[in-house]
Amino acid sequence: MPRIESDVNRFRQIVRGKVREELQKHLGKTELFGKQGGQVVSIPIPHLELPHFVHDTGGKGVGQGEDQGEDAGAKAGDQPGAHILEAEFSVEELATLLGEALELPRIEPKGTDELTSPSGRYTGIATSGPESLRHFKRSYRQALRRLIVSGTYDPANPRVSLVRADRRYRTWKPRPLPKANAAIMYVMDVSGSMGDEQKEIVRTESFWLDAWIRSHYQGVRTVYIVHDAAAKEVDRQTFFTLRESGGTVISSAYELAARIIEERFPASEWNLYLFHFTDGENYSRQDSDKSADMLAETLLPSVNLFGYGQVEALGTRGDFIDVLRARFASDDRVALSRIPDRDAIVVSIKDFLGRGR
Amino acid sequence: MANTIPVELQREQERIEKIAREMGLTFFRVIFEMVDWREMNALAAYGGFPTRYPHWRWGMEYAELAKSYQYGLHKIYEMVINNDPTYAYLLQGNAMVDQKLVMAHVYGHADFFVNNVYFAHTNRKMIDTMANHATRVRRHQERHGIETVERFMDACLSVEDLIDPGAVFRESRRAELQVDEPEPQDPGRMPAKAYLDRYVNPPAYLEEKRKQVKKAREDAKRFPPSPDRDVLGFLMAAAPLEPWEQDALEIVRDESYYVLPQRQTKVMNEGWASFWHTHMMTTRILDDTELIDYADHHSGTVAVSPGRLNPYKLGLELFRDIERRWNMGQFGPEWDACDRMAERQRWDRKLGRGREKIYEVRRLHCDSTFLDEYLTQDFCERQGLFVSKTNARTGKEEIESSSFDDVKQALLFHFTNGGRPVIEVLDANYANRGELLLVHRHAGVDLRTDWAKEVLENLTRIWKRPVRIETQIGKKPVRLGHDGDKPIQEDLDQAALKSKSR
Repeated sequence: MPRIESDVNRFRQIVRGKVREELQKHLGKTELFGKQGGQVVSIPIPHLELPHFVHDTGGKGVGQGEDQGEDAGAKAGDQPGAHILEAEFSVEELATLLGEALELPRIEPKGTDELTSPSGRYTGIATSGPESLRHFKRSYRQALRRLIVSGTYDPANPRVSLVRADRRYRTWKPRPLPKANAAIMYVMDVSGSMGDEQKEIVRTESFWLDAWIRSHYQGVRTVYIVHDAAAKEVDRQTFFTLRESGGTVISSAYELAARIIEERFPASEWNLYLFHFTDGENYSRQDSDKSADMLAETLLPSVNLFGYGQVEALGTRGDFIDVLRARFASDDRVALSRIPDRDAIVVSIKDFLGRGR
Repeated sequence: MANTIPVELQREQERIEKIAREMGLTFFRVIFEMVDWREMNALAAYGGFPTRYPHWRWGMEYAELAKSYQYGLHKIYEMVINNDPTYAYLLQGNAMVDQKLVMAHVYGHADFFVNNVYFAHTNRKMIDTMANHATRVRRHQERHGIETVERFMDACLSVEDLIDPGAVFRESRRAELQVDEPEPQDPGRMPAKAYLDRYVNPPAYLEEKRKQVKKAREDAKRFPPSPDRDVLGFLMAAAPLEPWEQDALEIVRDESYYVLPQRQTKVMNEGWASFWHTHMMTTRILDDTELIDYADHHSGTVAVSPGRLNPYKLGLELFRDIERRWNMGQFGPEWDACDRMAERQRWDRKLGRGREKIYEVRRLHCDSTFLDEYLTQDFCERQGLFVSKTNARTGKEEIESSSFDDVKQALLFHFTNGGRPVIEVLDANYANRGELLLVHRHAGVDLRTDWAKEVLENLTRIWKRPVRIETQIGKKPVRLGHDGDKPIQEDLDQAALKSKSR
């Protein structure tokens, strides 16, 4: 029944429109990707129903049953139930919607080297090849042509047989793929001053950063680094749940990041994204200066973008952002953003990704 | 559409049709079609019709059905369309016994469509009509844009149920012509001699009479002259609509009137069909090997999941109860007057009029009158009916009452006007500004206000001027409305409401 398909498509279009309209609202919500199963995200869209004049029955209904035990009071069958529709989106689709909603420019990957990928497409015909790729029609056409040219073709008795030279084979052209490897490094401060709410903000924001960057590259690698007074590399799960209580030495994290970049992601081959989330309260002014130096000398030359997000708990006011602003205000590779609360996530995403790097 | 079922099913169909006729059922020609689950879900999304006008809500319906089918949450066994010939669908891959059960069930529905009085006025060529509707809507969409037409259809669909269930049984009131009579000079004045005039015709009385006549003439000028429950019909006649808008509204109204009797007779219709499928299956159709499967599937259809009201179960049991009572003569003043339990239990007048009675019931009643007339206290207790209510504190549903009066009242409320509020057009020239005023005939339950506001906004798209509705919120009379930009809410005092409603 293909006719229903057009109605289904229309429905999906409307749903996408609704989600796009309300994306700003969804951006700050954690439950959004909390439900993530695989690569699909469900977004609840309430009220895609046609409103009618109805009674407000307050949950009253008629039921039937012999066993009037504890469960004997489920919903009456007539109520149109407060059903919430869920639309499923793949992460790529969401990234596209995000891009449209925030008017983000597309990322221009650096590095134009071409990498020859082993797979290609069957685009040509060759006179030699494996039998499994023999082109039946083309081979016989060639044979027919040979017969006609040599004058041995007899229309009354149209017999065509192949000789070795008639055989034609499909052949593929290797496709050059632009080589654009990307890695995202998330650095988070897990010192005692970073509360659960701050971590949630980081979680939400890194979900969107991830979605957007992933939609521009294939096979993005991610690295998670946590630091308090010392830094270490952890897995994703730990990254978002770990809670330490030490002080904050930012330079330790930058040192580790620099080492990882040197070992695994040489700047010539990788598009690197480094995001650092902290409350900005560093251990000492000296360390702040040292961190800024390291950033300028070793990190910035290797990365496409360094995003610094200062997640501020109520009443705290870190000063690392000021140190960075003084040094890098005019640097295109550095994006500084303050995220005082959930509502600021949208602005912050725009700060980070608005440059198309 | 060709008859697409395999030969062995065709043979079964012939047999079942013959049995159904022998049992006294009458019907149009029934055509069965075999469809796979995708087609079945698509048809269900379209309300059974292979062609419907394009609209996103069918798509939404289908998306939900398809998902819930894939998760194994439901399976649609049968679908039947009130049409001449009557079309019904069989699901591919069902067992033979299921197909037979569905066929027997379908003949019950087919008989109901033909014989129930509420269906007497339905369009029996609805499949063709629906297809025409689809063509018309597509044409409008091509000319005016999908979105424009869709937005307008959305507005119409949100008032689709505002029709007059009684309208199909009477002549159109709109056809009445109002004869313009000259205004009487001095209404109520009796001839009297001059010196008696003051007593025969007291000035106060004359004044009052004049006012009455004036009011009557004012009322006659009102539009509509009396409150009109066919809101859709009224809008078609009186709203400033483009021709295509009028057409779209008419399509929605036509389809709404077509499905009305199905909404009015859900319990009876399913009860009647279930009554006949059990009867035919167990007495004539089943062979020995099929009995267990049949019993399993039949009990599935009439199962009461905890607390849920199953129309198949309720209707079936009530028809059986009526047949039993009329067979045993348990009705009439004598029976009603008898209050000795033992005697009532032994009561059997051997009248044998049960079968005849249920045929009569299926001809004359709709759900609300059916339940009103035949739901007895005995029945209610035997079936374990109760009224449930959500406990606001715990969020759980709890039994509020199992007393007969409460259950009956709740059921009647649920089945009167399809459980929907009664809404009428009161005045099309409200405040002399060409604004539309509706009235909600409040029957103890308020409107759901968030939806009401959206519906009013939709109505402004049709009426193109502000629209209001008089209703109550928590015993306080209010007037909700929308002026196209923003919602309106005005409090009314009791007196103002009285003078408005006639």
